[in-house]
Amino acid sequence: MKFTLSWLKDHLDTDASLEKICETLTLIGLEVEGVENNAAILAPFTVGYVTDAIQHPNADKLRLCTVDIGDGESMQVVCGAPNARAGIKIVFAREGLTIPSNGMLLKPTEIRGVKSCGMMCSEREMGISDEHDGIIELPEDAEVGKPFAPILGIDDPVIEIAITPNRPDALGIYGVARDLAAAGLGTLKPSVIKPIAGSFESQQKIGSLSDGCPQFAGRLIKNIENRPSPKWLQQRLIAIGLRPISALVDITNYVSYDRCRPLHVYDADKLTGDIVARMGKPDDAPFTALDGKDYSATESLQVIADDARVLGFAGVMGGEYSGSQLDTTNVFIESAYFDRIVTAITGRQTGIESDARYRNQRGIDTQSCIEGIEQATQLVLDFCGTDKTEISHVVVAGQAPTRAKRIEFPIAEVKRITSVDVPTDKIITILTDLGFEVTGSGDVLDVLAPEWRPDINGKQDLVEEVIRIYGFDSVIATALPRTLVVSKPVLTPLQDKTVRSRRVLAARGMKEAVTYSFIPEEQAKMFGGGAAELILDNPISVEMSTMRPSLLPNLLAASVRNAGRGINDQAMFEVGQIFLGAENADQKICAAGIRRGTATLAGQDRHWAGKNSKVDLYDVKADVMAALNGIGEKAEKFQITTNAPAHYHPGRSGTLQLGPKNIIAHFGEVHPRILKAFGINEVIVAFEITLNAIPQAKQKKIGKGALNLSNRLEVKRDLAFIVDDNVEAIKLMNAVIGADKKQISGVSLFDVYNGANMAEGKKSLAVEFSIKQSDKTLTDEEITAIMDKVVAKVGKAVGGQLRDS
Amino acid sequence: MADLAELEQKISDEIAAADGLTALDNIRINALGKKGEISLLLKTLGKMQPDERKTFGAAVNQLKGRVNQVLAARKTVLEDEELDRRLATETMDVTLPVQADPANQGRLHPLSQVWEEVVAIFADMGFAVADGPHIETDFYNFTALNIPPEHPARQEHDTFYFAPDENGDRKVLRTQTSNVQIRTMQTQEPPIRIIAPGRTYRNDSDLTHTPQFHQVEALVIDKTTTLAHLKGTLEEFFKAFFEIDNLKMRFRASHFPFTEVSYEVDIGYTRKGNQIIIGDGDEWLEILGSGMVHPNVLRNCDLDPDVYQGFAFGMGIDRIAMLKYGIPDLRAFFDADLRWIDHYGFAPFDIPSLTGGLSR
Repeated sequence: MKFTLSWLKDHLDTDASLEKICETLTLIGLEVEGVENNAAILAPFTVGYVTDAIQHPNADKLRLCTVDIGDGESMQVVCGAPNARAGIKIVFAREGLTIPSNGMLLKPTEIRGVKSCGMMCSEREMGISDEHDGIIELPEDAEVGKPFAPILGIDDPVIEIAITPNRPDALGIYGVARDLAAAGLGTLKPSVIKPIAGSFESQQKIGSLSDGCPQFAGRLIKNIENRPSPKWLQQRLIAIGLRPISALVDITNYVSYDRCRPLHVYDADKLTGDIVARMGKPDDAPFTALDGKDYSATESLQVIADDARVLGFAGVMGGEYSGSQLDTTNVFIESAYFDRIVTAITGRQTGIESDARYRNQRGIDTQSCIEGIEQATQLVLDFCGTDKTEISHVVVAGQAPTRAKRIEFPIAEVKRITSVDVPTDKIITILTDLGFEVTGSGDVLDVLAPEWRPDINGKQDLVEEVIRIYGFDSVIATALPRTLVVSKPVLTPLQDKTVRSRRVLAARGMKEAVTYSFIPEEQAKMFGGGAAELILDNPISVEMSTMRPSLLPNLLAASVRNAGRGINDQAMFEVGQIFLGAENADQKICAAGIRRGTATLAGQDRHWAGKNSKVDLYDVKADVMAALNGIGEKAEKFQITTNAPAHYHPGRSGTLQLGPKNIIAHFGEVHPRILKAFGINEVIVAFEITLNAIPQAKQKKIGKGALNLSNRLEVKRDLAFIVDDNVEAIKLMNAVIGADKKQISGVSLFDVYNGANMAEGKKSLAVEFSIKQSDKTLTDEEITAIMDKVVAKVGKAVGGQLRDS
Repeated sequence: MADLAELEQKISDEIAAADGLTALDNIRINALGKKGEISLLLKTLGKMQPDERKTFGAAVNQLKGRVNQVLAARKTVLEDEELDRRLATETMDVTLPVQADPANQGRLHPLSQVWEEVVAIFADMGFAVADGPHIETDFYNFTALNIPPEHPARQEHDTFYFAPDENGDRKVLRTQTSNVQIRTMQTQEPPIRIIAPGRTYRNDSDLTHTPQFHQVEALVIDKTTTLAHLKGTLEEFFKAFFEIDNLKMRFRASHFPFTEVSYEVDIGYTRKGNQIIIGDGDEWLEILGSGMVHPNVLRNCDLDPDVYQGFAFGMGIDRIAMLKYGIPDLRAFFDADLRWIDHYGFAPFDIPSLTGGLSR
């Protein structure tokens, strides 16, 4: 909300500087968003006197003026304004100044061959109005050389404050003054609104009221002359960004800003029968509101109406038909209390933004209806009154609900919540200054909140008022007491996995992306998502409409963007949320990554020592294993299956799982059809690990167990087997281990061969396995026996035949 | 015996002259081999008188010992010479670049790094880390936080909504991490000290706003925590986070539905060129919202506001990351531009800790 300093000083008697006022406003919760100090901006622009004006020798429409600018100085100014003539006082801008409205820097110049120094200014150039038909003519008594702004009364600084939703009272300048006075910045001047006696019964009656309008007050004023409002009022309204229209309209705006008291003025001659407040009806005819737009009242919108028509939306905006015009002579003033929520709904559904709606929906002073009428009456009399003007008695229908709430306020609460010892008399003064009625003086005060403070409901609200005004500087920073000497781990196991997996993946040369949680619906569907419960009703755009079921769509889209930037070898990952449903348990943390081009662990791009090989499934399988190991799991304990979901290549993808149900991770080539949909025509390998799916050990095992070392070397033997092409290596390796679990301690696969000399549909797998020698050295016969067992077991398990080399 | 001295001299000369290991071995064979000169001398012992055999035998054996020593010494010299010769031919270009270190190429996103920094500081102050769902019910996101049904925050231009379910209830994307406050207070007995860092969503997208961003929420509930602790905690946090000794703070009274005695907090800064230096200075930067937990919020979690009290605050993780590390554009955080991640990201072993220091 904007107001001017002089307007504030109508209500606040203060010597405080503009800076101090602004600083205090900000600290007490009325944050200053901006200050336009016209006095400072316009100070360099001074009064000049045109002593002579002759025709420009080279231009018909230009005049050559001699301007006395004070201190015996005279300037020659070329001017095109039609009213530029000798004998007038004007606003002079020297060379070197910048014109406020357009930022033009005044430089020495020649116009059509004649030297021109400085400028004579229009209202538009000074930012006063849009007037640009001629230059400003100042009063004859204006003193040459002095700043012009005070002469026109436009040197009033404009302060703009942000009002939090709890403080509708500060939407009136009087309320702002009250806060500042309480904060010690002066004295609140007594309210000057006096009741004005009516002389007749209003012929205009108020009929029934709807629930959303508990009180409606009105007054008929006859035989007035509407005209432009006085200059001072126009200037104030312009200063705060409102357009002066006519005295009657300006008065409603003035009272709205002055007291947060929205009003409406009807042309009484346009009213038919009683005025009522009611909800809209289906057969109500559409009407034109004051914004010039046509609206239809529906049953959820509250309207003011008479017997003939809808007059306007209650508390939001009046209608054009019954609004006051310059020729209006009889007026009916409306000052009502409207329910905040009904007003908010009416405003929201019609989409009308107005000062009245803003105030009414935030909650004005419930008991201000009569006062509003009286204040408006005085102003109407002042600005539009004639000898014949007649004022009716105030008509009032209904009763506004009182907010008056008695609060028991144990003053110890202030210290309990804030730690500050505010003296009791100071507490009482602060509350009283803010308009609270305080009785009692002991440990518990009895406090009655003012009607204009809908936000005050309990004792903690009073604590806030006290400390807000007393000042936060009184709060001494204090560290929280240490509850433990050494802090305990603060991360949950899942958070720990999140942190560790990030660092492991980054250590494998991958870069971490953070992308949006929402993706296009069609991408979500490609990855098994897109359920109705995961689609936003009001997305930013269709590209951000659906919660992601996987981290891969965003990584693939990012891959395309990065390729577009010339980065072809990419290793990228994200650890973040995926959404498999809208329930809590369906929102999971996933670690996923992609590799593209030659971005393998061994290095990317071309390197003199490298093979520059393209990424494949085994690169991402290694990522998965590394991440699992890095977060403290034994990666080998998971079963590896080929159950990867449909967004992977069916034959080049795998899944890590624990039992049939618990899926831990997927890895493999992304399905070419998906890649095509993203516009990618090369292999991308990807993995996804669902961190929530990893079971958490019930108890943390800290000890590492005893280390049993044998003095005897392990015996190592190699065997190569020929098996069918589709035999999975893990089965053969498991068979080797399983052949003699006691003796065989490890197996590694060191060769896969399906080249020359290999029968159709066959391949050779060569393994090295270790045989433990715990208590005695094995004899050749014993070793041969173990090898025989291995051969037999592999034969049985996967049909492997020893390969004769 | 003079013959022996002569022989020794001869063999020694030959050894000294040997120019390679093969030549040296030939000398050894000629001297000490089965048919070598010294071996042959030993064979003559059998024909000698016992006395003579004794002295001559000892002399020959000593000679043999000395020759062996000289041979060994020469052998070492020759081997060293040969190694030196070989090494002189073995050179590699030490300037050829090695393969890049994956750990040097990988990067953590600045958000992850700052997440860990924030957690490290608050952990030291006794805060545990909590999190909650992103898709949230109206109750946890609004009602329990004392946000009334007509509050503007609930409007569609602020909050992302999902379609109504069969009961007409609409879930939302959480607009703040404060939902975690409620979930924590419902499940945990005070004293409570938690932070809830996480992703939040608002229906807002322009130059300085993105529809998702990250917040860290803090909540302390016990029987003694006051505004003074809020001030102290924030002061300690910002000094530790920005690694500064001086910090100017300004508490502006404000309003949030979930706190009563509410403050917006500014920190002082100065500008040097394009750089913002946090701490001192005449300018203020709005950094967070805070306050004492509203009695209604406590009641909504079945805590008696006459017994329990505490503070809460929330600030943007993205924002403090931008301020600390001089990152200009919020939107770039979510763009996954590898060049950006490379530049603003952190190496995998740069783990922030209070023992080793937060920033590198």
